[in-house]
Amino acid sequence: MPPIHLNVNGKPVQISAGGDTPLLDVLRNHLGLSGTKFGCGLEQCGCCMVLIDGEPVKSCGKAVSTVAGKHILTIEGLGTPERPHPLQQAFIDEQAGQCGYCLAGILVSAKALLDRNPAPTRRQIAEALDDNLCRCGSHHRIMRAVERAAAQMRQGGAA
Amino acid sequence: MSAPSLPALLETNPRLDQWVRFETPGRITVATGRVEIGQGVLTAMLQIGADELDVAPERIDLKTGDTDLTPNEGYTAGSQSIQYGSVALRLALAEAKALFLGRAAAQLGCNPAELSVRDGAILRGGAPTGLDYWSLAGEIDLARKATASAAPKKAAELRVIGGKTPRVDLAGKVFGAPVFVHDMTADGMVHARVIRQPRRGATIASLDEAAIRRAAKGPVEIVRVGNFVAILGADETAVDAAAQAAPTHVSWDGLDPLNPQQEEARWLIQQPSIDRVIGAALPEGPTQGGAWREATFTRMHIAHASVAPSSAMAVFQDGHLTVWTHCQGVYPLRAALARSLKIDPATISVRHVQGPGCYGHNGADDAAADAAVIALQKPGVPVRVRWRREDEFGFEPVSPAMVTTVRALRGADGRPADWTTEIWSGRHSSRPGGGGNLLAAEALPDPPPAPPAQDPPEANGGGGTRNGEPLYDFAQKRIVHHLVAETPVRTSSLRGLGATINVFAIESFIDELAAEASADPVAYRLSILKDARARAVVERVAQMAGWRSGAAGGNGKGRGIGFAQYKNRAAYCAVVADVEVDESVRVTSVWCACDGGLIVSPDGAINQLEGGIVMGASWGLKEGVRLDSAGIASRDWETYPILRFTEVPEIAVELVDPLVDRPPLGVGEASGGPTVAAIGNAVAQALGTRIRDLPMTRERVMAALLKG
Repeated sequence: MPPIHLNVNGKPVQISAGGDTPLLDVLRNHLGLSGTKFGCGLEQCGCCMVLIDGEPVKSCGKAVSTVAGKHILTIEGLGTPERPHPLQQAFIDEQAGQCGYCLAGILVSAKALLDRNPAPTRRQIAEALDDNLCRCGSHHRIMRAVERAAAQMRQGGAA
Repeated sequence: MSAPSLPALLETNPRLDQWVRFETPGRITVATGRVEIGQGVLTAMLQIGADELDVAPERIDLKTGDTDLTPNEGYTAGSQSIQYGSVALRLALAEAKALFLGRAAAQLGCNPAELSVRDGAILRGGAPTGLDYWSLAGEIDLARKATASAAPKKAAELRVIGGKTPRVDLAGKVFGAPVFVHDMTADGMVHARVIRQPRRGATIASLDEAAIRRAAKGPVEIVRVGNFVAILGADETAVDAAAQAAPTHVSWDGLDPLNPQQEEARWLIQQPSIDRVIGAALPEGPTQGGAWREATFTRMHIAHASVAPSSAMAVFQDGHLTVWTHCQGVYPLRAALARSLKIDPATISVRHVQGPGCYGHNGADDAAADAAVIALQKPGVPVRVRWRREDEFGFEPVSPAMVTTVRALRGADGRPADWTTEIWSGRHSSRPGGGGNLLAAEALPDPPPAPPAQDPPEANGGGGTRNGEPLYDFAQKRIVHHLVAETPVRTSSLRGLGATINVFAIESFIDELAAEASADPVAYRLSILKDARARAVVERVAQMAGWRSGAAGGNGKGRGIGFAQYKNRAAYCAVVADVEVDESVRVTSVWCACDGGLIVSPDGAINQLEGGIVMGASWGLKEGVRLDSAGIASRDWETYPILRFTEVPEIAVELVDPLVDRPPLGVGEASGGPTVAAIGNAVAQALGTRIRDLPMTRERVMAALLKG
């Protein structure tokens, strides 16, 4: 099979996989980026959310051949413990999470929101995250954390 | 002199070195049998270790839920980790510290009372002595029986407990670290999916292995033991493709169609049941008409609906089986695996690794058994099982449908003189260690017998009967419990167990009685509630919400209150909810006051109470498992919707006296029942008529409006 070229978290990568392999499997199994989670495989829960050219997309239902040449951002590309993205720092500051399984998908959805709207209202945050399910009920803290990160970034925190 | 009585957990795990070890200079191992299921228990236990031993939290290596390394604390369930687990751990740690101080005092020729500890160093009158835990560790044998002879710290002495310690597990989760079982890998690992036996006793009529292999479009192996079938392979994509195609290539015998109408709870009333009366004797004479009042409340089966399906890893190497699982009880699972697989428990290690929040007995134990069965067939090969989403919804044990009828005799003063809560429910526990079977075991040759119908005993807070007895001061009160033996689908524990509907029923009926007495719901509750701590949370939440007597209703907006002390022995919790109802119900604001006794992690407790509020709102408005003739029909998030970001209310939670010297009470499940009750009462006010069947969907709102 011909290799498929992608850009993942700012780095060019070459994938040897069938074209209909889900992007989620490519990330987790071919590239070892297990931060993106399997939740349902039905494009319903948002655990597997990644950004493709800046847009939030559920990677479980996205065939890798359809994203060839595109820029993909996963939770691992958002920030690191040494250089956290303001969203990651805000989630820690607000203690926004319980089991945490949904957080990777929620964080990248929130990144897409703040990239296009640096000062979202609470309602706009809720709407931007409505495709992401959280069963533990951490919604409030999560929305507070997104507000905190937005304020931080408006004040010139590194994005 | 008699020895202080030991908590049960120190009786079952009596040696101090089961709880604490000083093996490496500068480090302390603290072991807890409790496991992290998203509730923050790791952080709470770390706070306890740091506080009781007077060391920085960073010095502590916490061991958790491991049959080789930690005490056996049964299940991490029922809001009991802090209420009981923390008490045992604090006693063990306080005793260990006292042993070190006693030894240091002997060496220094002083009174132990002169000594203190600062980050592991032993001080005399605040000055260094040159001694520390590790310099003395070789002289102290912690392989000794705990005696509970040293008192844990008083509340005023606490530094870390009750403070703001950030969750130790959260950072890894926001950076995408591989913290879940689902993320584990190992050299030579194979992925596995199970073709689930659709029903207990079903047998394979035909299995087209070639067709399944063709669907895989890659190399897969099919393992079959009796009616247990698994698809394995190194390429997860191929294994998934095969698993997706598999149901059409296997046919089963022994599938009697179910009655889909059993998705609504009222069928329970017609079923054979195990009946008992708890509390006062049944009243003599008629209990209808005159001053008797009665109302019946129902709810459907509820799914745990973990955000991801269950997973587990296992390897069988050199005669030893190791299983990594996100189950709630590693020791009970080990016992169940040994029994099911007919192997010696000493040859099994079960280790907890985090998973998606479970909220009770979901598919986690069964996934672990799946991995174990496959691993035994493939010695030396690490096997990682992950269920399909459809199978988690379809085969996890669900919370049973329930009917609760409340019946009261109005006394001359307008207050109940006699109260009955009559409950119909399937079992609330089929955990593998407690009389239930592992699904894989039922598919193996020589399956175990069907588990007998049983419910958690009253000593553990009951199952269907949980919170069936109101805390209010009624002269005569009793529970009539009908444990229905046969349910259409497997049922087990879900956060709150029977408390959710029982609190909904009782608190709804209290509002109905208050209305009949022309009394304000808060004032009426206070008039029948002596318990000072109960009164305090009701008064506090009314104050938080700005509760006003005689607030108008019937115009599409409503406000309601709900109260319970969880299990009548854990945390006290009162909730006020505001709703707006047009065709459907929207919960706009929720206030919650909770008295959980001494709180180890205040922010963690608030996080749990908030989570219970969101889950309670979701149960109350949206959730019910649909059935069809094949079993559970709600197999995805479209057919089993839960509350979403745009639907969650504003939430305010306050803890009542969290840092006072009182025993800790479990809070993790305290807010769910009161939330459903508060929403129910708010909806009744908004509509001017009451919905007594959960969930309060658009269809039920429309029906209630038509009925008027």
